[in-house]
Amino acid sequence: MSKYLLDKFLYTVDRDPALVERYRADPAGTVEWWEAEMANTILNCTPAERTTWLSFTAEERTALAQHDHVTLFGMGAHPFLTLTLFIAMFERDHGPLEYQKAYGKAMEHLSLPYPDIAT
Amino acid sequence: MAEIAAVIASTHHPFYYRASTATGAERPPFADEWVAKIERFRETLTRAEPDVLVMVGSDHFHQLWLDNMPQFLVGKAPFFDANWHNEEREFGLPRMTLRGEEDLAAHILRDGLDRDFDLAFSNELRIDHSITCPIITLRPQADLPIVPIYTNIFAPPLPQPRRFVALGRAIREMVESWESDKRVAIIGTGHLSLELGGPRQFGEHGPDPEFDRKAVDWIATGDIDGCLAEVSLDSLHAPGNATHGFMDFMLMMGVAGEGQKADHVDSLDLFHTMEAYFTWYPKGAPV
Repeated sequence: MSKYLLDKFLYTVDRDPALVERYRADPAGTVEWWEAEMANTILNCTPAERTTWLSFTAEERTALAQHDHVTLFGMGAHPFLTLTLFIAMFERDHGPLEYQKAYGKAMEHLSLPYPDIAT
Repeated sequence: MAEIAAVIASTHHPFYYRASTATGAERPPFADEWVAKIERFRETLTRAEPDVLVMVGSDHFHQLWLDNMPQFLVGKAPFFDANWHNEEREFGLPRMTLRGEEDLAAHILRDGLDRDFDLAFSNELRIDHSITCPIITLRPQADLPIVPIYTNIFAPPLPQPRRFVALGRAIREMVESWESDKRVAIIGTGHLSLELGGPRQFGEHGPDPEFDRKAVDWIATGDIDGCLAEVSLDSLHAPGNATHGFMDFMLMMGVAGEGQKADHVDSLDLFHTMEAYFTWYPKGAPV
């Protein structure tokens, strides 16, 4: 399991407005493309200086491809990154704070301790 | 030597800018009370007549990322651009450019290293709402040079709470040993209980009002020992999953000093989180 790579996906998609729209419209295709092309890019290095070993597990790929923020939380993805990106994708479809409250309600069965988010 | 004009600790609520500037049907019902409290809080800084602001905050995965994560970082640059696309998108925050006070930043870096704080530094730092929110609330004209200091309250493993307090004490001494006739305000922002991306987020109040009451009391009375006796990296999970931001308040208690009662204390119970504002005048309240 790679919490780091889940976080890297959420982080790099969130900061790119075009990628936010692409992930909203085509989650499975975006995850497949991102893992193939972007997952091993070191963010402040030239494209030739790539990492060689990062990949998602099948469960991680599925959670991202299904926009499943509850499962991502359970996997220890950083909750701030998930929330920020999902607000960017889905708040527009709802009334004021409606999405944020529903996002929390979908996790109301969870109790402390929450999954460890250390990477 | 430089003089500490004021020590200020505050929550940093990214919704304040939009709430305070909204009009008509867009203006939330709590906006007027919030603005009134902020204007009183702002006056505590204005009266102190600062020349320079040391600003303690924490990057929210903007420039600092998990491939290279500092625990404590000082910005040393002539300018700091501010606010990020996702803060513009979600909170409507404006783009800003603040001047930097490089001489004080260099002094803090050198002196900090010599006091065994292995401070990271950045010569090109784009700052985020943890620092621009208090600029917007306390100094909206954004006319004073700053030294930004970032802490890691966000990406575990985190430094221990006592380390935040110790850094606060050191920052106080470092500023006071700066060879300058400038008046420096030290401003830091954090959180009370807070949940982000978990089941307790966006409730009617902060996720743990009891923690918030205790936290306000610790800060207002300068009860560092009492706070350290109850707060640990583990215990901070209980009030809300983003409550480790409280450690920046603990840092500011270190700046203010053990047993130092705040000269200005205010709070505002909002949905999702409680706001809290504190000002100390180490040399006595300005006339």
